[in-house]
Amino acid sequence: MNDLLRRMLFLPDQASDYARQVDGLHYFVIITTMVAAAGVFATAIYFFVRYRRRSDTDVTPRVEPKAIHEVIFVGLPLAFFLVWFAIGFPQFAKLQTPPKDAMDVYVQGKKWMWKFAYPGGPNSLDVLRVPAGRPVRLLITSRDVIHSFYVPALRVKQDALPGRYTQTWFSADRPGRYEIFCAEYCGLAHSGMIGELVVMPPEEFDQWLATQGRGVAGSQDGTPIAGEPVRPASNVIEEGRRLAGEQGCLKCHSVDGTRHIGPTWVDLYQRNEKLQSGKSVQADEGYLTKSMMDPAADIVAGYQNVMPTYQGKLAPPEAAAIVEFIKSLKTPAVQSGPSEGPVYESIPRK
Amino acid sequence: MSPSHASDVPVYNPRNYLNSPATGLKSWLLTQDHKRIGVMFLVAASVFFAVGGLFAMLIRIELLTPGPTIMDAMTYNRLFTLHGVVMIFLFMIPAIPSGFGNFLVPLMLGAKDVAFPKLNLLSFYLYMLGAVVALYGMIHGGADTGWTFYTPYSTTTVTKVVPILLGAFILGFSSILTGLNFIVTTHTMRAPGIGWNRVPLFVWSIYATSIIQILATPVLGMTLLLVAVENAFGWGIFDPARGGDPVLFQHFFWFYSHPAVYIMVLPAMAVISEVVCAFSRKNIFGYKAVAYSSLGIAFVGFFTWGHHLFVSGQSAFDAGVFGVLSMFVGIFTAIKVFNWTATLYQGSIAFKTPFAYFVGFLFFLVFGGMTGVAVATVSLDVHWHDTYFVVAHFHFIMVGATVMAFLAALHYWFPKITGRMYPEGWGLVGAVMVILGFNFTFIPQFLLGNEGMPRRYFSYPERFWALNVASTAGASVLAMGLVIVLVYLLISLKWGPIAGPNPWHSRGYEWDTASPPLPENFEETPVYTRGPHEYDEDSYANPPPVAPEPKHAS
Ligand code: HEM
Ligand SMILES: [Cu+2]
Repeated sequence: MNDLLRRMLFLPDQASDYARQVDGLHYFVIITTMVAAAGVFATAIYFFVRYRRRSDTDVTPRVEPKAIHEVIFVGLPLAFFLVWFAIGFPQFAKLQTPPKDAMDVYVQGKKWMWKFAYPGGPNSLDVLRVPAGRPVRLLITSRDVIHSFYVPALRVKQDALPGRYTQTWFSADRPGRYEIFCAEYCGLAHSGMIGELVVMPPEEFDQWLATQGRGVAGSQDGTPIAGEPVRPASNVIEEGRRLAGEQGCLKCHSVDGTRHIGPTWVDLYQRNEKLQSGKSVQADEGYLTKSMMDPAADIVAGYQNVMPTYQGKLAPPEAAAIVEFIKSLKTPAVQSGPSEGPVYESIPRK
Repeated sequence: MSPSHASDVPVYNPRNYLNSPATGLKSWLLTQDHKRIGVMFLVAASVFFAVGGLFAMLIRIELLTPGPTIMDAMTYNRLFTLHGVVMIFLFMIPAIPSGFGNFLVPLMLGAKDVAFPKLNLLSFYLYMLGAVVALYGMIHGGADTGWTFYTPYSTTTVTKVVPILLGAFILGFSSILTGLNFIVTTHTMRAPGIGWNRVPLFVWSIYATSIIQILATPVLGMTLLLVAVENAFGWGIFDPARGGDPVLFQHFFWFYSHPAVYIMVLPAMAVISEVVCAFSRKNIFGYKAVAYSSLGIAFVGFFTWGHHLFVSGQSAFDAGVFGVLSMFVGIFTAIKVFNWTATLYQGSIAFKTPFAYFVGFLFFLVFGGMTGVAVATVSLDVHWHDTYFVVAHFHFIMVGATVMAFLAALHYWFPKITGRMYPEGWGLVGAVMVILGFNFTFIPQFLLGNEGMPRRYFSYPERFWALNVASTAGASVLAMGLVIVLVYLLISLKWGPIAGPNPWHSRGYEWDTASPPLPENFEETPVYTRGPHEYDEDSYANPPPVAPEPKHAS
């Protein structure tokens, strides 16, 4: 029954118990709406037919409502509306009160990506990993304009406001992958600001988090990590990462494979890039450096010529560090290193 | 006695407001006649409706395929902004109150004109000025903020928002002046015999609308100015990077814009109340309930703005309060719907074009209203907020109500305004296409919203594809319907058969004068001994006047 109605109404997967409860109310609302509307329309159609004009000289009686009519007209809808509210409001209140044992994740929206940070641990772009069956509290903020964190499968949405933290929470019930949208218009690539929620089996998640916590570069092949050999982060690479953030490279280039304003950096090194001119070029150190200094020279097919030049802005060792950083990016969805959030005091728990 | 048939031999009133005192362009542009001003508003608003409709079609074509279809993301973002701005500020807010309201309110009150004819003309020119300023901004760059101008996006974007904000600011003055004029006119210029319980329902609704216009519009004006100032000079009002508060804007904005929805819907209800009575030839079921619920909507409308902010970090308490208050608007609307339906009971229903639009209106209002209460149900709104569900909901309400009523009014009062009839057969064809096309456009959007597609999306994941194609197909049918309506109305302007003063045998006071009306409305001030919606046998003993001469004191 649930599944039938859900499909009829085009509702997405229900990834949590909360989603099922909200959908329950949804069905109730849609059914009462349809029945009431059908009642009004059936009455109206009956009147159209029964009382259609028979002659141009028809006269009609004056019909005045009795008090009881008006009471019904007001009372009936009011009763239904209040019932909806009585079910919906506690659901909403629940969504506003994360359980005490919830795990925290900091979420930051910025044009046009989602950044997730685990306290004291790793952070990642556009991929949010959470354990199944455990409550997760999201502390959400924004770097620039208002965004809105939205996971349809969870029926959860919360605005990301610059200069403020808002919160919401959920507890996904089984492993799976779900879309994360930005629901508040935020400019050019608003509709491309799509992330992924990866719900992992709890043990796997713990292992993954532990690995990440040690500050490693993550796995090489993108599969979630268990007992990977630890490769200490080199200082040059760290420096490159810092510079890439500082210089705004990461505004347009993702480091996890998602498509952005510019080509992703993951696996870029030694990749064969097709150019707009029809030629192609191997992305070696020379190409990478040249792309920073004279971006208009070789535009990669499918992208716009929007990148500014870094000629004179980057000293040679800095450019080299960024190249080293790019070389180190081999498919992992998660970066290591200390969390960069939160910037503000976290919201105290109730 | 039964209604008289003298009007079956139509007479075109030789001296009317269209040809007297003069016909030249100047005599129109400098006129202080409320009827001519009303017609100018109607023409301008219809042109903007066509412009906004063109943008809408481009939007729908772009969304035909998941990726880019006919334009790039920046163009799309500007386009939906312009579509919203043009439709809301240039079409929906002025169309019925400033257009039909101007034409009809004095006629319905037995008055010679509105209280302040010069302010009335000024209101029209402010409207044109605002439109020109806004259009200037659109042509030179255009804004990409959505018609909601949310900060800090709108205060940091590089596009030209300032002229558009100023345009909307100027339009606000037009709205305020018109509202003021109607309030004073209704209070002071009612003909003898029109007590408050005989004020036509159209005027009641316009009166309620006017109250909203003069109370809420200044807030929008201030807010838009603040945004313009922050955008131009970088003051930290809304942008947190400069110490401002981004949510403050949303409170200000919706404090106006939510009541503004009722600026659009109440006039639509005004039209519908008249159409229902005229085409079912019945007195309205529950005059007081219908009249006072307009005031109720106007009042409660001021306390619901917070339902746009459920996911903005608002407290659960606030959300609860705004949720419940929003439901009261639903109740007042429900009262009207039930009363209109009950009016049909034992009526004599003529299924003419205006009535067809009434049927469409009823359907859209019921679904738009019900989905409105559904989104006021806080936990459901969390999922729907800023998705296509909301787009479908507000189109059901705003297009469903305003556009249906606008089209109903256009047909119902076409003979009053022009003295000619439109072709009834084509009228019904147009109405059916518009209503069906509209359903095919927006019902898929409800489902898209359920599925989770956010609004203002230039491209979308493939799973949303099929429903988007359905919506675009529906929009084409809708557009074709509207073109048909436009074509036959333009033809009827010149070649339509002469209508006579009261082709519908309506009892509305505005039909008690010639069609088109005399320049001074009535030769003598009429005196009324009956209500405006009375069709029962007793009041019919005194049949509506049908000669081109106005009704005299009886
Ligand atoms: C052919 C008929 C129409 C179609 C196909 C259409 C379609 C659309 C679409 C696709 C959007 C963009 C939704 C989004 O991405 O957020 C939109 C927005 C909007 N439409 Fe329409 N529309 C039509 C008629 C109208 C009319 C007649 C009005 C008003 C009288 C109207 C008022 C609006 C408003 C206020 C918005 C919101 C703009 C915004 O989000 O900034 N539309 N419409
Ligand atoms: Cu965003």
